[in-house]
Amino acid sequence: MYGKGLRALSISTVAAMTVALGLVFFYAPLEAEQGFLQKIFYVHVPLAIVSLCGFVIGGLLAIQHLRTRDSRWDMRSYVVIHMSLIFALATLITGSIWAKGSWGHWWVWNEPTLVSYLIIFLLYATYQPLRFAIEDPERQARYASVFAITAGAFVPMNFIAVRLSTAYLHPRVLGSTSNLPGSMALTFLVSFGAISLLFATLCKYELTAKHTRSQIRALRRRLAGEPARAPRGRSAAPSPAPTTLAPAGRPAS
Amino acid sequence: MTGRLIAVVPALPLHTAGKYVAGAFIVLFAMVLIYVSIMAIRLSRMERELGELLELAERDGEGAEAPLVQRESTPA
Repeated sequence: MYGKGLRALSISTVAAMTVALGLVFFYAPLEAEQGFLQKIFYVHVPLAIVSLCGFVIGGLLAIQHLRTRDSRWDMRSYVVIHMSLIFALATLITGSIWAKGSWGHWWVWNEPTLVSYLIIFLLYATYQPLRFAIEDPERQARYASVFAITAGAFVPMNFIAVRLSTAYLHPRVLGSTSNLPGSMALTFLVSFGAISLLFATLCKYELTAKHTRSQIRALRRRLAGEPARAPRGRSAAPSPAPTTLAPAGRPAS
Repeated sequence: MTGRLIAVVPALPLHTAGKYVAGAFIVLFAMVLIYVSIMAIRLSRMERELGELLELAERDGEGAEAPLVQRESTPA
């Protein structure tokens, strides 16, 4: 179900990443002020944008979960937020490396973009503990969805607030791509596409793995003669959707 | 071909900035690599579980073979 198109997506991701790396190192010119250090821009900024978009998408999927009460939407929201958190961590690390090379410090507290991004990261870092704290799967899914929607709405608000702030030390990207030379803009867009594809592929892998695991568990329970939905232990991961294992001799619908 | 390619690509000044750029890209690839390793561990676990289930199903099949044949031959 979730594995459909995974191979094509994986191949596209590898191809896009290869093209992006080729453009970054062999096509894009060196930036006048920062020189070779500016190459970090092609990995750091796409990671940041994709992770923030992921948080918002997680919120939209959570809305769908609350509307339909279908646990599959909760699973999707969980996986997207989980992956966004990993991408956000990569953003913070690459950003720190860039800051060290550019400003001479690993972290600058008076830079609103950095601090606001850290706040978003820390906010979402509480998502998994929140889930783990609630044992009842339905209540867990509901509370997690409310959290995902609220935090997801906070992301664009935070972005706008930072934009409106007075300090403009941090390099601006969105809204200023037209200021980039054509070769740099092309390289940035390809890198952004490659990172987006990587995000989509990893999410799909995660969903496929979780779905397969829940099917194996359901099969084990069925072979052991236990009910299809046995009570589970405390877990931060969402409760899997009811698996449609067909009765013996009849294919699954 | 390679000579022409080298001629058009910008020189890579790896003196001071190189280590930072390398670090940033290594972070990305290390994270992907860690994720792939975790997926490989999960996959091997699922493979082992499927093997156990197959064994269980085969054992059950041997035990239930006789009644199943009997059921199939009985008209509905």
